[in-house]
Amino acid sequence: MSTSRRKFLKTAVAGCAVASLPLTAFKTLSPAEAKASIGNDKVRWVFLVDIQKCVGCGFCVKACKSENEIPYNVPVTRTWVERYVITKDGKSHIDTPHGGRDGYTDPTIREQDINPDDITKAFFLPKLCNQCQNPACVQVCPVGATYQTLDGVVLVDKKWCIGCGYCVMACPYGARFFHPVDKVADKCTFCYHRINKGLKSACVQACSFGARLMGNLKDPDDPVTHTIMTQRVGILKDEYGTKPQVYYIGLDERVR
Amino acid sequence: MVHGMEWTIKELFVYPNEFIYWSIQIVMYPYMTGLVAGAFVLSSLYHVFGQKDLRGIARFSLVFSLALLPTAMMPLQMHLLQPFRGLNVMFTPHFTSAIAAFGIVFSTYAMIVLSEIWFVYRKFFVDQSHALKGKQGFANVLKYFTYTVLTLGAFDTSDRAIAIDKKGVKILAGIGIPVACFLHGYAGFIFGSVKANALWMSPLMPVIFIMSAVVSGIALCMLTYIIIMEWKKFRAKLAKGRGDESVKELGGVEIDVITKTSRYLLGFLIAAISLELLDLIFRGYTAMKSWDILRDVMFDTDFTKIFILQYGFGNLIPFILLLIPKPSIKRMVVALILVLYGVFMMRWNVVIGGQAFSLSFEGFMHYDLPIIPHNLETYKEGLFGALTVIVTPFVLFWGINKLVPSLRDA
Ligand code: SF4
Ligand code: SF4
Repeated sequence: MSTSRRKFLKTAVAGCAVASLPLTAFKTLSPAEAKASIGNDKVRWVFLVDIQKCVGCGFCVKACKSENEIPYNVPVTRTWVERYVITKDGKSHIDTPHGGRDGYTDPTIREQDINPDDITKAFFLPKLCNQCQNPACVQVCPVGATYQTLDGVVLVDKKWCIGCGYCVMACPYGARFFHPVDKVADKCTFCYHRINKGLKSACVQACSFGARLMGNLKDPDDPVTHTIMTQRVGILKDEYGTKPQVYYIGLDERVR
Repeated sequence: MVHGMEWTIKELFVYPNEFIYWSIQIVMYPYMTGLVAGAFVLSSLYHVFGQKDLRGIARFSLVFSLALLPTAMMPLQMHLLQPFRGLNVMFTPHFTSAIAAFGIVFSTYAMIVLSEIWFVYRKFFVDQSHALKGKQGFANVLKYFTYTVLTLGAFDTSDRAIAIDKKGVKILAGIGIPVACFLHGYAGFIFGSVKANALWMSPLMPVIFIMSAVVSGIALCMLTYIIIMEWKKFRAKLAKGRGDESVKELGGVEIDVITKTSRYLLGFLIAAISLELLDLIFRGYTAMKSWDILRDVMFDTDFTKIFILQYGFGNLIPFILLLIPKPSIKRMVVALILVLYGVFMMRWNVVIGGQAFSLSFEGFMHYDLPIIPHNLETYKEGLFGALTVIVTPFVLFWGINKLVPSLRDA
């Protein structure tokens, strides 16, 4: 009898090995790896925000919402504009009602009236996904539904995302959210569907003040690349090591 | 409706996309995983290190850890926004993600627990199968078949075969300890490695999780054990009268097992608290950029939850109760419930506390636990979703215990 048991154990072990084979086979089909080969490796899309030029009209937010079918009246948004007001007492007053969608026409910040004489500086700050060189969101996605293309844009495979929210938690910039209708992770794609056709992204097109620009970092003749190379630009939260690719002209230490 | 909007209250400046995305189910996830791991470690202490004093509770906690097993998976599954795609993790595991290997670690662990139980109970299955052979009646035939299948064809009950069984148990329990710790340390890693989250990011997180896991596992096993023994005593009393020998004997065994197990509980409790305090002190001392907001959360908004409910009621009081000499069952029950509550609060304070402040460090978010569900989402991510997860292992245990009586010679 004990031999039959040994045989049984052997079969069991072999069975387990066979059962785990498909797992390793599937690994090569990981969507992250498969999809990562899309895009053009001669291109590295980057974004340039000129904070000095932003007037806080919110047209970019509106344009993005309609272009990318993010329901208008929910608070989540792929791009948003923050308002910073710094007063003489050294305090920052920051807000972004509806992501700045409706523009900043009201001087009160979170029901607080700020005396214009107390203000030392104030500015608007557009934000969006930084299409990081070393994206935390891609690293943590358990199924590889979030992936990076060869031209540096991070995308979400809406058909494969399981909605675990790990990427939402991992992004230090709060760029991600759950799409209210699709119920999967969503974020800015630099309008990948447009830029690949030679169009401008919806927000860049909507900004009449030239505060938002996009370019190809691998092309030295690109004016955006030229600006990034020759002027003093900043990035957000570089301490996380994500190597963000949205550059800002006139960034302030107050920006959070 | 955006996921998270129904239970998130924002205060001051919070990014527009920030909500409490990981709510009660993600509190339940490490809690249940911890109970599984802890229950298994408790049973292994006997099987591997021959801690004789744990004999009575070892079998029971082994079977109980099997009952707990599916419930470690449950909260994760319930929290997914696309629950039917959950299996994708098995098809395309993306191994840079700390969650990706969960399925693999988890199934390895499940296999270890199952095979260990099989080795422990093989003789019992064989005996049952022999005893039921040829008996009439549908129930008997069904039982006979179940037990015969459970023997997996290994009917040998010679001394040599039993010795091999014992060895098998020992080896499996031995492998099981690191795997159980890994399973749970890994749950800690899922949080500890989120660099965007100032509260979670700490290399200590996995170790803290393992220690508190063992604490909660042992406490739950002890508590369930007491409840079952009390029930037995109650039935013996009904059948034979209060002063009967068997009642006294049961009571004696019970207090004995509990006193001995509580020593291990104390040890792990001390380790868990020291690590947590070390983490806290270190954060305060190094005072990185995030410390300002963490301090606000810890000492202001979440003070009651952390220092009164978790450390006070969850750690200090049971610690004292366990230390007082001459233990009584009543006091133990109070201490154990508090310990379980403390570990739960610790999970809560880590998971919800980690989302209590904005990534901007300029604002706060509060989690408003949905009590009465008005749609599937508020059920899953609310009180009743959590209760479903809590009740499941007991139902399962009741079922499994019908087949593999874990309390017979306890
Ligand atoms: S900004 Fe966030 S979502 Fe965008 S690539 Fe970086 S980590 Fe990912
Ligand atoms: S929510 Fe979707 S994209 Fe994000 S980590 Fe989970 S599976 Fe990946």
